[in-house]
Amino acid sequence: MSNRPAPTLPTRNRKSTMAQQPETRVSAATPRLDVAHLAKTYGSGGKARTVIEDLTFTVDAGEVVCIVGPSGVGKTTLLKCLAGLQPATSGRAAIDGRTISGPPPEMALVFQDYNRSLMPWLTVRKNLVLPLRHLKLSAAELKERCDSALAAVGLSHADNQYPWQLSGGMQQRVAIARALAYRPEILIMDEPFASVDAQTRFDLEDLCLKIRRDFNMTILVVTHDIDEAVYLADRVVVLGSRPARVLKVVDVDLPAPRDQITTRSLPEFARQRTEVLSLIKRPA
Amino acid sequence: MRNWVIGVAAPVLLLVAWWFLSADSTDPFFPPLQTILVRFQELWLFEHFQSDVLLSLGNLFLGFVIAAAAGIALGFITALVAPVRWMLDPLIHFLRGIPPVALVPIFISLIGFGTQMRVTSIALAALFPTMIATVDGIRSVSNDLLDVSRVYRLTRKERVLKVLLPAATPQIFSGLQVSLQVAFIVMIASEMLGSSQGIGAMTLLAQQSFMTADMWAGILLLGVIGFLVNILFSLLRRRVLSWYIGSRRLARAS
Repeated sequence: MSNRPAPTLPTRNRKSTMAQQPETRVSAATPRLDVAHLAKTYGSGGKARTVIEDLTFTVDAGEVVCIVGPSGVGKTTLLKCLAGLQPATSGRAAIDGRTISGPPPEMALVFQDYNRSLMPWLTVRKNLVLPLRHLKLSAAELKERCDSALAAVGLSHADNQYPWQLSGGMQQRVAIARALAYRPEILIMDEPFASVDAQTRFDLEDLCLKIRRDFNMTILVVTHDIDEAVYLADRVVVLGSRPARVLKVVDVDLPAPRDQITTRSLPEFARQRTEVLSLIKRPA
Repeated sequence: MRNWVIGVAAPVLLLVAWWFLSADSTDPFFPPLQTILVRFQELWLFEHFQSDVLLSLGNLFLGFVIAAAAGIALGFITALVAPVRWMLDPLIHFLRGIPPVALVPIFISLIGFGTQMRVTSIALAALFPTMIATVDGIRSVSNDLLDVSRVYRLTRKERVLKVLLPAATPQIFSGLQVSLQVAFIVMIASEMLGSSQGIGAMTLLAQQSFMTADMWAGILLLGVIGFLVNILFSLLRRRVLSWYIGSRRLARAS
């Protein structure tokens, strides 16, 4: 165990002070992200395939929420609906009460396939700049945003390299840096650490928590890794499969700041993990 | 390094062999290489350089540039504007099945006697390979990149110029390469059929007046020009597509 006394405040209480925003914002009637009875069906008639049946959950400002579920459950479809890339068949997703009908300006998305979501003809820095061009920032601000985003992911030295010259973990960090430089209020990540090695994965998870702390972002992460979900999240939304529906929303009351070694060795961590796992393993 | 040496040595050896094997030739159709080279120097390097060589190259360059610009532009319009795509799709599928060179007779039959008409037929013939490659290139841009463009709310102009165009460039360049070959063929053919000036016209004239050495000299010049034009093209490609070439090399190595 670590030498420092474990903070006793549960994360969810701690969050409101950390967010440095009026308490009302967090506990307001309209949550930051509100998913209500969302359903998505592809095709129609006899060939119709319902991917998402009826999803309802909310994400409050400054929260980290993880969505876990068996693979092929329609998590990516859900994110595409949230990001405004695909319309929902019924129900709705809303940010601050406004229904999402196209990509919302306050949202950034980190895609699952880093090597297909970065522009291979642009250097790392130019990849970061591309989404910022239409914001008409001053040259100084543009540089500052890129510099700080690259520093946050530890890639200041690689800004003139091309994505394909970097390792998988570094490419995923570029994708995260691109999202950071965009300064979104809501960051959505689709299995962001699925294809990197274990050590990089731990680093990226801690990076995710650091981003929340430093930039005060609301973060939604889709993952199939239950340990990761419990480690990262204030709440875990457990999905059941085919078509997707919410089995349960599990509150994770692990102390902050979280640490890969101490947090993961807490009895509470094991208990939360078991709870989520048994929900997923349970025959539907 | 060794490949490079062999690549240079082989044609040099071939020339040396040609030189010695043809040295005593009395065959009217295969004159000695020495005679050919002397005529080459007399004909092309000074006397007809400006009147014929530059004229041919000018037509080739102008026709190709027009074809490239129009082909890329039309490819973008076809791929991005739905009604145009619906209209042109069957035509493109039809044209895709025909080797570009097979279209050459059509354009040759259109050739008149003026320079303008020749440039027009070069441009028209060379347009299709680039246009089809551009359409294919834009359609094969991955959905992930398009999703990224939408999530980060790129403007329409940015999406076309900063995402679609560079993403399609590798395929556009394959199209341009074919267009260049077609332009070269049509250039020579146009001069052989409807002109008294240009390298093609000179070469055909030499053949018809039994000046075999002059004919060989013309063919040699065409070969040299084709070779140099291809080198220029691949230098341009290497410059524009350095990211693509580099990433492919890395992907193959791993």
